[in-house]
Amino acid sequence: MKSKEDILSILENVCDPEVPVLTIQDLGIVRDVHVISDKEVEVVITPTYSGCPAMNTISMNIKFELLAHGFEQVLVTEILSPAWTTDWMRESGKQKLKEYGIAPPQYDTMNNPRESDFVVPCPLCSSTNTKLVSQFGSTACKALYKCNDCLEPFDYFKCH
Amino acid sequence: MNTSLLQYILHLADNSFIYGHRLSEWCGHGPELEVDMALSNIALDNIGAARSLYQYAAQLEGNGKTEDSYPYLRDGRAFRNVLLVELPKGNFAETIARSFFFDAYQSLLYKALMDSSDKQLAAIAEKSLKEVTYHLRFSSEWVIRLGDGTEESKQKMQDAISKYWDYTGELFSASETEIDMIKNGMAPDIESLKPSWEKIVSDTLEEATLSYPLRADGAWFQRGGKKGVHTEHLGFILTEVQYLQKSYPGCEW
Repeated sequence: MKSKEDILSILENVCDPEVPVLTIQDLGIVRDVHVISDKEVEVVITPTYSGCPAMNTISMNIKFELLAHGFEQVLVTEILSPAWTTDWMRESGKQKLKEYGIAPPQYDTMNNPRESDFVVPCPLCSSTNTKLVSQFGSTACKALYKCNDCLEPFDYFKCH
Repeated sequence: MNTSLLQYILHLADNSFIYGHRLSEWCGHGPELEVDMALSNIALDNIGAARSLYQYAAQLEGNGKTEDSYPYLRDGRAFRNVLLVELPKGNFAETIARSFFFDAYQSLLYKALMDSSDKQLAAIAEKSLKEVTYHLRFSSEWVIRLGDGTEESKQKMQDAISKYWDYTGELFSASETEIDMIKNGMAPDIESLKPSWEKIVSDTLEEATLSYPLRADGAWFQRGGKKGVHTEHLGFILTEVQYLQKSYPGCEW
C-alpha cells in the first residue's frame, strides 16, 4: 500500500491553475492525507480565500492525478480551520513566484507587523521604490503595485 | 435537528449572499478599474462565505438539500437577511456607506463567533474574519476619502450615511433565533457588540469630517428581514438570481 509520503510526492505534480509555477504543496493548502486502501485515498485541503474559484479546479486535478496513479476512489475534503495563511508557503515557492513576476509575501503574519512598515520590492528590477495601486488585484490573493523606477505594474501576493 | 442553529446559519448565509450579490452588480460598472476589481473581489469573498454556510445548512438538514437549494429554491419570505444588504446599490457613496456599516458589523460578529461552541461556525468565522479585515479597510478608507474630499463628495457621503443609518439598528437587535443561539453558547450576544461598532463608525466619520451621531439614542429603526419581512427590493434580486431554476427546474451545468 502507498504511504502518506508517496501521496504527497504525487501531489507535487498538481499546480495552482491561476499561478501555474506553484504547486499546491508550495502554497501549503494540502493539510492531510489518509490512505484508506490500495484503491482509496482522502486528501484534506484548505481554501486560500473563501471565494477562490480555483478550488474546484484544484480539487478536480488532485482527483485526476491520483486516479492516474491507480487509485479508484479519491475523496477531496475541505477544512476551514486553522485558516490558511501565507506563512505556510514554502520558501522555494516564494522564489518561484518572484521569478514568475509576482512579488512574494514579505513577512510572517504570526509576528503581526503593520503592512505599511513593509516595502514590496519590484520582482522585475528589485527596486524598493514601489507604490501600492490597489489592495485588490487580479485575484483575491493579490494586490496591485507599480514600480516607480522601471515603471512596470506588478502583482504582489498579499500576506494573509 | 437543531432548528435554531439551521435558521441562524441561513441568516448569516443570506446576509453574505445578498450583500455579495449587490456588490457583484458593480462588476464592469465601477467608477475606476481598481474599485471595480475591489468590489468584485469583496463580492466573491461574501459569496464564498455564503457557500460554506449553505453547505453546512444542507449537511445539517439532509433530506436531499444542497447548497443550491437555499439561494435558488426558496421564496423571499424564507430569506433571513437584514434589510440593509438588500437595498439597491445606489450611487458609489451609497454602496460605500452600506459596505462600511456592514463590514464593521461583520468584522465584530466573526471575531466573536470564533468562540462559538459550534466548531463549524467557529471555523467559518475564523476564515471569513481574515477577509473582512480587508473589506473594512477598503470601505472605511473610501468613507474618509469621499467625506474629506470635495464639497460635492462630502455631501454625497453624508447623505449616503444618513440614508442607510435607519437600517443599522436591525443588525444589533436579536431575533428569537439569535436569542436562542446566544443562550446555548453558539452565537455571540449581538447587542453587546453595538458599542464597539458605534466606536468604529464614529471614529471613521470623525476622520472623514462627517457628522455623528446622526440621531438620538432610542430612535426608531427599520427592521423585518430577520423575520422574513422584506422590502420590495429582495423580490427583484430573487427574480434575477432564481430565473434559471424557475424557467428550467432542476437544471444543472
